[in-house]
Amino acid sequence: MMAALHGMAAESTAQLLAGAWLTMQLTALAMLVGTTLAFPLALMRTSRHGWLRAPAYGYVFFFRGTPLLVQIFLVYYGLAQFEAIRDGFLWPVLSEAYWCAIIAFSLNTAAYTAEILRGGMMAVPLGEREAARALGFSRWQEIRLIVLPRAVRQALPAYGNEVILMLKGSALASTITLLELTGVARTLIARTYLAVEFFALAGLIYLLLTLLIVRGVRLLERRWALPGQAIETVPGTRHGDLLA
Amino acid sequence: MKGLIAFLMAAFIAGLLSNARVAYAEPGVPNPLRIGSEGYYPPFNFVDQSGQLKGFDIDIAMALCERLKVECKLLAQDWDGIIPALLAGKYDAIVASMSITDERKKVVSFTDKYYSNKVRFVAAKGGGFDPGKLDGKTIGTQRATIAANWLAKNAGGAKVKLYDKQTDAYLDLAARRLDAIFADGLVLHEWLKTKAGAGFEMVGDAYELDEGIGIAVRKEDNVLRQRLNAALAAMLADGTYATINARYFPFSIY
Repeated sequence: MMAALHGMAAESTAQLLAGAWLTMQLTALAMLVGTTLAFPLALMRTSRHGWLRAPAYGYVFFFRGTPLLVQIFLVYYGLAQFEAIRDGFLWPVLSEAYWCAIIAFSLNTAAYTAEILRGGMMAVPLGEREAARALGFSRWQEIRLIVLPRAVRQALPAYGNEVILMLKGSALASTITLLELTGVARTLIARTYLAVEFFALAGLIYLLLTLLIVRGVRLLERRWALPGQAIETVPGTRHGDLLA
Repeated sequence: MKGLIAFLMAAFIAGLLSNARVAYAEPGVPNPLRIGSEGYYPPFNFVDQSGQLKGFDIDIAMALCERLKVECKLLAQDWDGIIPALLAGKYDAIVASMSITDERKKVVSFTDKYYSNKVRFVAAKGGGFDPGKLDGKTIGTQRATIAANWLAKNAGGAKVKLYDKQTDAYLDLAARRLDAIFADGLVLHEWLKTKAGAGFEMVGDAYELDEGIGIAVRKEDNVLRQRLNAALAAMLADGTYATINARYFPFSIY
């Protein structure tokens, strides 16, 4: 009996860890693709040309204005309704729940990250842009060498927030049959009726993953900090405090 | 949860009302025989426009009464209170598509099953899906069902996809992401009748994964239980059961 219970616990733990690994993949890939998309989107949003601003505005409006769950369902169940898509060259990708989740998550987080980046760009002191122009920088040079590096730095804390939200949002992948962390927990609960135990374990793993993200963003903030503008720490805390 | 509440209430009321019993005339079948059912589980039991209980369960109950030569009195009762009301003596038997489970057996007695919740595979018509060769196949099923538990134990070589709702599994079957769905045959039967289910069919045998659906009576009413069992057996033997079955399903649900 004890041996059986022990075996069950080991198997459940292995399944939860496999789920956590999938959660990490989904979050990391979605952030990678989403952030890549966010740069052109943010530049379009801040463009002087209306024909560039409008589509970006529409994109951001749509993806921030509808629930992530709806977006996942549209990509996974919605697209599959069309014969043309099922016979199309993209079907090998779109037939997989894994890629559908990554597509939906990427498109969603791109909208939020674009806005975060835009906020960072708006916060770049006007004087620096004027200085760039005074030095004869082209518009592209000005954006690439002055505005974006500053914007990214300033957007980092808000971006860290978005990564954490994506981590937790990835739980929605369980609704399209992916056995990521939440999906595994729910399946184990259905089998054993141990709801509190498995949700608590899953929650603990999410906390640990969040901690990793917090630390990672913090590291980037330090590394990219301008000389003399190092991130202030609360008096009395040390560098390396758990949630510094 | 529903089961637990019903069980606790049943235990409580059983203690309270253990003296409030209806006296039976011999030979152990009260006349009229009062049958409790629910009314929200079509096509098994439902209330029609005129407020009458109808459905497969009701037809079975009426046929049993006829065979036992007693008058049938039907009573609708919400699911949560259906066992407590039996124990409180509001009626004498429950004919409401109740699954025979170990939890319920602690408070009531069951007759033999009068139909089965068999689990079946559904796959594309002419797709050549073979339930005997599940290895490498993608099978969809609903999370937390006996079908899902069976697949977890018996279909090691298959990729099992778990859905929160049966309807989501249908979408994925239609999208060809699944080779087959494994689920309650009677529910699948209803889906196959819809437009979305037109290109699909049941494949292979029906799997009986639980003890089936029975009639619940109070534990001390052993004579009534035996009479009901005998009447059921006779209905099965003389074709009465098959006639009722055919009104609702084109295949045997026994």
